[in-house]
Amino acid sequence: MEKPVIVEIEKTIDETDGIKTIFIKHSIEAKPGQFVMVWIPGLDEKPFAISYLEKEKFGITVAAVGEFSDNLSKMKEGDKVGLRGPYGTNYCLEGNNIVMVGGGYGAASLVLLAEQALDKNMNIKFILGARDKNKLLYIERIKKLVGEENLIITTDDGSMGAKGFVTDALKELLSKEKVDKVFSCGPDKMMKSVTELCTENNVKGEISMERWMKCGFGLCGHCCVDPIGIRVCKEGPVIDFELANKITELGSYHRVKSSRKESLEVKK
Amino acid sequence: MVNVETELCGIKLRNPTILASGIVGVSGAACMYAAKNGAGAIVPKSIGPVEREGHNNPVLTEFEGGFLNAVGLPNSGVDSSLEEIESAMKNSGVPVFPSIFGGTKEEYGEVAKKISVLNPQMIEVNLSCPNTANDFGTPFALDANEASEVIKIVKENTTAKISAKLGPNVPDIKAIAKAVVEAGADAISAINTMPGMVIDVKTAKPVLHNKQGGISGHALKPIAVNCVYEIYKAVNVPIIGIGGVSTGEDAAEMIMAGATAVGIGTGIYYRGIDVFSKVSYELQKLMDELGYDSIEKMKGAAHK
Ligand SMILES: Cc1cc2nc3c(=O)[nH]c(=O)nc-3n(C[C@H](O)[C@H](O)[C@H](O)COP(=O)(O)OP(=O)(O)OC[C@H]3O[C@@H](n4cnc5c(N)ncnc54)[C@H](O)[C@@H]3O)c2cc1C
Ligand SMILES: Cc1cc2nc3c(=O)[nH]c(=O)nc-3n(C[C@H](O)[C@H](O)[C@H](O)COP(=O)(O)O)c2cc1C
Ligand code: FES
Repeated sequence: MEKPVIVEIEKTIDETDGIKTIFIKHSIEAKPGQFVMVWIPGLDEKPFAISYLEKEKFGITVAAVGEFSDNLSKMKEGDKVGLRGPYGTNYCLEGNNIVMVGGGYGAASLVLLAEQALDKNMNIKFILGARDKNKLLYIERIKKLVGEENLIITTDDGSMGAKGFVTDALKELLSKEKVDKVFSCGPDKMMKSVTELCTENNVKGEISMERWMKCGFGLCGHCCVDPIGIRVCKEGPVIDFELANKITELGSYHRVKSSRKESLEVKK
Repeated sequence: MVNVETELCGIKLRNPTILASGIVGVSGAACMYAAKNGAGAIVPKSIGPVEREGHNNPVLTEFEGGFLNAVGLPNSGVDSSLEEIESAMKNSGVPVFPSIFGGTKEEYGEVAKKISVLNPQMIEVNLSCPNTANDFGTPFALDANEASEVIKIVKENTTAKISAKLGPNVPDIKAIAKAVVEAGADAISAINTMPGMVIDVKTAKPVLHNKQGGISGHALKPIAVNCVYEIYKAVNVPIIGIGGVSTGEDAAEMIMAGATAVGIGTGIYYRGIDVFSKVSYELQKLMDELGYDSIEKMKGAAHK
């Protein structure tokens, strides 16, 4: 039934600068890449990727960037929210040598995927990027998962790891090593570059897109992308490079709440 | 197999399934996507005079018999919507009937005039959104006089055919249908959603942010079939039957009640985006079985 169930927050942890993980006491059957809709009654309801998944609880990682995410970030143990989902497509693990490319809270769904890949004994390289070192997410968790030597950090300002973008690091990696599949989640422009880079190098992979969502289950049409019209909540959020290459708005514009197009240039 | 083509005010449709307004069809690309999945015609999301954000989430929720929505008519305003409608018309490969709304009668005229630069074959006039009462007051479709005045103004501002979209929550839908046809409506789209509410008992809060919403899906079907049946008796214009259609049999019911074509919205949830080709195919098989060789012959069969 597509109706929120009321669930309780078990605990919250500070991940980094303005980013929190909220654990919810509720068991869901979900796969890495899928998202849930979180409802604060009287305020709004928004999509969040699943970042931790255990038997009797799961976590979402929230960056406080506006009214809703601020309110959600302030919630505490015992507080209640509404929950729907999980929704959307999930990542599909293939091959032996895989690379994760995460930017900002985009790393959320990728760490969960890395956990699964480890269960399958895959070799994982994790490229993690952010504007500066205070925005880097899950460093310790990723180190523990894949080993320090397999974590490659980039920051725009060089405050940690290599100065530059995740795509610079990916480019170098692709030129040196055999890579079977790349998984990427983060800002639109970053995923666009990753898609282009991997396509040029004949490496397959998947990205996880973000668009304004209203229903989350394929009816309202708000998340449809140009020019092919697929619904990011239903045919996405995880799509392969082949499909991503057909989405001309990727990295270029998105639609705001009214459905008006807005260039991604105005967003930092 | 039998031919399921149908004709609406002289406009040929390859099959009688039409994407209902407000479901999926937010952009030109989204409309094209529904057409690619079999829709015989497309009615995009309703467009108003100025940009509107619509309501906060949740805008859609489910109950045992269907869905409840209050999206609140988000749209980018007629001026910037023109490129979306144009793209829908160019890329869908099937007729596209823009849907319009306004807060005042004059606004309906203004939007109709602006949309008409694209020369659509037909415009659907949404007189019946139940979810914007706080902004716009009672829907025009609830009053025969108000509804017919809107139609007259739209008529003055376009040469396109006009379909008036009515709501079910009126004491006598025949009276409204007669009034809009007298005012110049060339077709009737029936029906819009039925007002409803779903409350979450744990928080004692209505689930939809707008509190009230409109019922669509399975629960709406018998109400819609009845409205179409009544309207068919009252007026002599083609009817687009909308409400709870998700199978070929549902479509057949609508057509037997008097519909020339059927709108499909919530059916996309029940059957997938290709609900249009599924319904067309099932309808075709059913017509074969029942011995109808055209939609025209099946139309209104329940009245005989
Ligand atoms: C499939 C999917 C998965 C998502 N997963 C997550 C997740 O795991 N964690 C998470 O925190 N959010 C996630 N989001 C985004 C989330 O749903 C909200 O959009 C976000 O929390 C902002 O909402 P708001 O109301 O707080 O801010 P708004 O009022 O919508 O925005 C406030 C300001 O922040 C800007 N802004 C909005 N979103 C972002 C952003 N993502 N990055 C930078 N600036 C932004 C806006 O442009 C605006 O200027 C996801 C979205 C989708 C579609
Ligand atoms: C999410 C949603 C949004 C809708 N938006 C509009 C709209 O903008 N304009 C309109 O005329 N009808 C709108 N409707 C009503 C539908 O077009 C249709 O009349 C109704 O849903 C019944 O059909 P169904 O049961 O096949 O969904 C909307 C319905 C839903 C579910
Ligand atoms: S959010 Fe409604 S269709 Fe995707």
